Amino acid sequence: MQSEQAQRIAQAASSRRKSSGVQQHIAQFLPPFALLSALVMAWELMVRQLALPAWLLPPPSRILSTLVSNLPVLGEHVAATLTVTAPGFGLALVSGFALGVLIDASPLLRRAVYPLLVTSQTIPIVAIAPLLVVGFGFGMLPKVLVVALVTFFPIVVNTADGLQAADRDQRRLLEAMGANYWQLLRLLRLPAALPSIFTGIKVAVTYSIIGAVLAEWIGANAGLGVYIARSLRAFRTDQVFVAALVTSLLTIGLFTLVTLLERWIISWRDES
Amino acid sequence: MATLDVRGISKTFRTPDGPVTVIDRLTIRAAAGEFVAIIGPSGSGKSTLFNIIAGLETPDSGAVVIDGVDVTGQRGQVAYMPQRDALLPWRSVIENAVLATIVQRGDVAAARREARALLDDFGLTGWGDARPAMLSGGMRQRAALLRTVLWHRPIMLLDEPFGALDALTRAQLQQWLLGLRDRLDQTILLVTHDIDEALLLADRVYVLTPRPARVALEMAVNLPRPRSYAVVADPAFARLKLRLQQVLMEGVGYP
Repeated sequence: MQSEQAQRIAQAASSRRKSSGVQQHIAQFLPPFALLSALVMAWELMVRQLALPAWLLPPPSRILSTLVSNLPVLGEHVAATLTVTAPGFGLALVSGFALGVLIDASPLLRRAVYPLLVTSQTIPIVAIAPLLVVGFGFGMLPKVLVVALVTFFPIVVNTADGLQAADRDQRRLLEAMGANYWQLLRLLRLPAALPSIFTGIKVAVTYSIIGAVLAEWIGANAGLGVYIARSLRAFRTDQVFVAALVTSLLTIGLFTLVTLLERWIISWRDES
Repeated sequence: MATLDVRGISKTFRTPDGPVTVIDRLTIRAAAGEFVAIIGPSGSGKSTLFNIIAGLETPDSGAVVIDGVDVTGQRGQVAYMPQRDALLPWRSVIENAVLATIVQRGDVAAARREARALLDDFGLTGWGDARPAMLSGGMRQRAALLRTVLWHRPIMLLDEPFGALDALTRAQLQQWLLGLRDRLDQTILLVTHDIDEALLLADRVYVLTPRPARVALEMAVNLPRPRSYAVVADPAFARLKLRLQQVLMEGVGYP
């Protein structure tokens, strides 16, 4: 038994060494980075070769210089967009999680709510957003609601599905111990649902910034959406690309943040 | 220590192909401190029997009686170890071991201290704070058994605890359980399909018929204690084994 233990300790130590390999990370990011660089270079060369006007398709170098010169203005717009994104996403997180737990608890509620939820996702948000602006004016509320609406669905569905994912034997064991509904939820079903819930959050977070930009584009006085609308009216295509780049970077940043949070919270998954 | 009486239990499940009687008027008994093994062919309703004793399912008729008290359908009366270890992957060995105390709102700090003190006996020295994924199959089963012991019930149900392990690890754990058993004063009911395991560990053996489960044979294992794996070389062991084998074969239709 002792030699078995020693072996396990050695195995555990070697698996830790493997997982912290910096080389692995480089190997993972090198191919997409190389491809992206090649595409950007091809774009630059093509625009110069064909002498395309900047309002039609600006070269990457122009987009980069615009980004740098517009940084102070962009900072304000990004701040405005995040001010809308954060409460909207927070609202979706809390209400989506709560509804997911409720749907899981009541089969009747599941049957009643689920089809409506799916149907609600088929309505284009560009149709709903102007209605919200008409209804709630040009303040924060309609934009927060748009973000909440586009991010709500994946959180509800993945929470409700994840809560059903608990292992049957583990469930029976806790039931044999006399666990009630809340104990089952807290000790088993919620932890077991976390991987699924995080999948939902990751999908939702990729929609969140885009949702905020869309809402601002329809009606606001600050934010990346407003910046895009103004740039389009001024034929500043380079600024539109800058806005797209910043939106994308913000989304990647949020996604990375959620992924790090996930690894920290669901640490038991990395140990196997 | 406590006496377990299973009195005339019957259970029929409704299936799309009509009703299937899994257990038919089954009566078994485990005296206080006794180690009883139940052997039966696959699908003979052993797990259903355990679910009924653990209160997870209610029988159609009959009663589960502990020390003269009818506890049919009540949960939390017996400690139960499911076939697979069912350890929660996000809790450490210690935190898994004190699960029953948490569910039953007992003194969790005291249970943690007790779990730590028992790590040596369970061959888990130094692994108290490790998560189950770090453990080998045999260590996982010992951790699950530690959890069952810390449930603090006078009766323990073990549902094929070593079934999924390789032969060598299984033999090691059987030997270890023999040693542990002498120090635990609990009534133990073990379900197994391994005749050697039943004879090595138990004081008494029940053989069940194929579905529906009835008692085909009840047999006292009069082998000397303390036992070790060397008991398999005892002629008495061979005689008991042959008898069990015969009854099991008759049951599944080999005359």
